[in-house]
Amino acid sequence: MTPAVELRGLGKRFADQVAVDEVSLAIAPGEFFSLLGASGCGKTTTLRMIAGFESPSAGQVLLAGDDITARPAHLRPVGMVFQHYALFPHLSVFENIGFALRLRRTPNAEVARRVGQALDMVRLPGLEHRRPGQLSGGQQQRVALARALVSRPAVVLLDEPLGALDLKLRKAMQIELKTLQREVGITFVYVTHDQEEALTMSDRIAVMDHGKVVQMADPRTIYERPASRFVADFIGVSNFLPGRLRTAGGDVQIELSGGQLVRGGAVQDLPDGREVTVAVRPERMRLIATGSAGSAGPGWNEVAGVVRNVVYTGSDTQYFVELGTGGTVMVRVPNDAAAEQRIGAAAADRVRVVWEPSASAVLKD
Amino acid sequence: MTRVSRRGWLLPSYYWALLALLYLPILVLLVFAFNDGTILAFPLRGFTLRWFTELFATEALMRSLRNSVVVAAGSSLVATTLATCGAIAVMRFEFRGKGLFLSVALLPLYVPFVVLGVALLLFLSTVGLPRSLWTIAAAHTVVGFPYALLILVARLVGFDRHLEEAAMNLGATYWQTLRRVVLPLIAPAIFAGWLTAFTVSFDEFAVANMVVGREPTLPVYLYSQLRMTARLPRVIAMATLIMAITLAIFFTLLWLHRLMARPPAATSPVRP
Repeated sequence: MTPAVELRGLGKRFADQVAVDEVSLAIAPGEFFSLLGASGCGKTTTLRMIAGFESPSAGQVLLAGDDITARPAHLRPVGMVFQHYALFPHLSVFENIGFALRLRRTPNAEVARRVGQALDMVRLPGLEHRRPGQLSGGQQQRVALARALVSRPAVVLLDEPLGALDLKLRKAMQIELKTLQREVGITFVYVTHDQEEALTMSDRIAVMDHGKVVQMADPRTIYERPASRFVADFIGVSNFLPGRLRTAGGDVQIELSGGQLVRGGAVQDLPDGREVTVAVRPERMRLIATGSAGSAGPGWNEVAGVVRNVVYTGSDTQYFVELGTGGTVMVRVPNDAAAEQRIGAAAADRVRVVWEPSASAVLKD
Repeated sequence: MTRVSRRGWLLPSYYWALLALLYLPILVLLVFAFNDGTILAFPLRGFTLRWFTELFATEALMRSLRNSVVVAAGSSLVATTLATCGAIAVMRFEFRGKGLFLSVALLPLYVPFVVLGVALLLFLSTVGLPRSLWTIAAAHTVVGFPYALLILVARLVGFDRHLEEAAMNLGATYWQTLRRVVLPLIAPAIFAGWLTAFTVSFDEFAVANMVVGREPTLPVYLYSQLRMTARLPRVIAMATLIMAITLAIFFTLLWLHRLMARPPAATSPVRP
């Protein structure tokens, strides 16, 4: 199948600074694709090159197989939702949404019908005659979305569209946006610096750093199998344990700095004895108080340590444990009744930190 | 305590002195415009509207008024059109010599008008161009341009670039974007720039007096009339009228300024 959007070796250089460096990716039709990264990583510049607001220094942009690299912005069939919406303040909601249709001299009745449809789509009927200045942030966001959708583009580009909303509304809009995208079946290319947002909504995520795509995969893989220390650190919280690779047969073992061996998930093409980092998510680790009858599952990794700090955060409790092998890890335990009965560890208690081998991602750096 | 009491009389006296200096002469003007006598001295000799009626009957004066309006309207229109193009070019495009363009464009603000007038006079006589209302209008275009440019540049500095990108994303060409988004949004600034250029031209004397031909503008005419005592009250009546019109323009500008400064979100309260 021809990708809805394809970037081939796309690069952008500003003066002596490289903003986007050799980005190649293919986005399938109907996919919700996110470009995720910290500010300045090149994600917005990449999006702007797809929209035609920046001309690439290298590479190509293809839309449904057509090379549109040299095509001016106004001739590209892509919709865009801007970070601060960029609604035309002098036009009503109706005229904002109908802007693209008016430019094409669409008959009035047709404009009214399609604007009405678009407003229904974003669940905002009845506000046609307001000015953007009279709407709340969430409403403006919906108008911006309706404006981008009204001419039924093959691809909609979204530049941190939820960034200006408050947390609660943002969470609600995430679900709504994803539902809407699935309903209309349009390809979404979504730029965000919010990793949780990307995980919640995306079919696939490209994590960017210094203008390069450092990992591209579905949210689960990105979270559970980060390709590098940067990704593991940027997406969620990770515990990092430095060690040395000891492959014995099909078994992946890592010798931690104290000499203790732990087992890791699959690892490709790394020589025996190479220095690696084991990354484990805090919620994948468990605590067992030393001397208690509790035991880990068969084959689980086990490292002894001392609880240094206990932080109650409402939905869960965070235990900061100083390991015998050196370093401190955070273990996150959900505050359900079973867990409370099981652990009950306090500061200075000796504990065993245990986790499944498949929960440890072995990283090269 | 001393500081408080000192400030207690210093500030009001400063304020009243300022008001007196500013408005007493204007008040005198106002009083004599309605005084029934040609000698400008106290005691007053009774109220009259004679000067105003004579004013409208003096053909030369009415002609100069018409000249001024025509020159101001024409020159401000050209100046504002050029300033709009210039401001958009400066704010939106990268080109060589941009800094130089701005400095040269704003130069008329810094050159004394008398110097500018003499220079223009020399230039006109050198190239052999006859002096007329056209030459005044051309001079006033140069003088009014920087005012309009500054007002428009200030508006475009606060202009959200993404609005233009949004329009293009929706299929608008550059010209369509300009016509449907940029120009409507900077219209108040264009109008304010035009009004300012108009006012500057309307009461400009120094340059006009140098490049004037056979047809005078109002300030030039008024000045020529000051020598004749009998006509003085009419000049004063005219000045009073101009004062009233200028005030009206000033308040219009003030209102426009508020209109532009007000963020669109505040136009009306958000209903839940």
